[in-house]
Amino acid sequence: MHELSIAESILSAIQAELDQRPGTHALKVGVRIGSMAAVDAGSLQFCFDSIVRDSEWEPLQLEIILAPAERLCNRCNEKFVVLDFNPVCPACGHEVTMALGGDELDLEYLELDEPETVAVEAAYELETQRGTGGER
Amino acid sequence: MKRMPLKAKVLSENQRVAEALRKTFKKHGILCLNFISAPGSGKTQLLESTLAALDPETRVAVLTGDIQTDNDARRLARYGFPVKQICTGGTCHLDGHMIENAMSDWDLEKIDLLLIENVGNLVCPSSYDLGEDAKVVLLSVTEGEDKPLKYPGIFFKSQLFLLTKVDLLPHLKFDADLAEANARRVHPEIEIIRCSCTEAGGLDAWLTWLKNKMKTAKAA
Repeated sequence: MHELSIAESILSAIQAELDQRPGTHALKVGVRIGSMAAVDAGSLQFCFDSIVRDSEWEPLQLEIILAPAERLCNRCNEKFVVLDFNPVCPACGHEVTMALGGDELDLEYLELDEPETVAVEAAYELETQRGTGGER
Repeated sequence: MKRMPLKAKVLSENQRVAEALRKTFKKHGILCLNFISAPGSGKTQLLESTLAALDPETRVAVLTGDIQTDNDARRLARYGFPVKQICTGGTCHLDGHMIENAMSDWDLEKIDLLLIENVGNLVCPSSYDLGEDAKVVLLSVTEGEDKPLKYPGIFFKSQLFLLTKVDLLPHLKFDADLAEANARRVHPEIEIIRCSCTEAGGLDAWLTWLKNKMKTAKAA
């Protein structure tokens, strides 16, 4: 239900990145969603695609990376993926374990179109070299 | 094509506002609680009964979110504490900006406890940090014992789980122990309190929890 707001937030975050790199276009964005994040991947994909279609964002694509909930055993330090909500350590059977994330809703990567990115990077590199007297 | 890694939260703008709110609350020694449940689990009733039970000297303020109507604010305003309705106009959750705007004309020096009643929804509000000290999830005994497994996100993120309307248990097949066990499967550290707004003493454990939290917030 809130996936439309989340899709809009993803686009605002991309816009903020593009503003720092004039002339570039975003082609693909990767977003990591934890299994405890209360975000429905299918619904987010649908909302995202609906905003992008026939807009200036085309042909931007969204890749959703699903992250399983993980826990860390307090006794044997085993890091394990939680299956069927079972928080007990599968290695030693200890019941006290600690959540490691699970509620992620993170921007993972952004793919930009190459020619202009390279140009911008080259210009940046040149500027950096000048600024530091050519040292690398 | 060039791929660059990003290290940011999707809701970073909300997170920024929430962190600023959290800092402000801490500075003024305000305990802020964010109440989340499905519609009808008894959030407004719990707040009404809590306001009625609190010492009138307690400096409490309430924000209540709904998609439409100011019914809840009118119910809650009867207890003499400052109450403000946030009408989201269709949005299924409260966000940091809404809290910031709603509080803009309140004197925070005069508040020790801020109770935020989120929009009735077990899903969306769990994604939006409001700068609260703790999320409190409510589940009533007229719902299903498996709700914590069906909506794990909010139980995972809540510090306290209030099982409400337990006075109805004798009339229902609801297995309260199973509901609690399910919540602990999702979130082993979650605190759980059973409460009833209609039975004498039905809110004692909850009120004790609340008062202890307020003491801690003041001392911090």
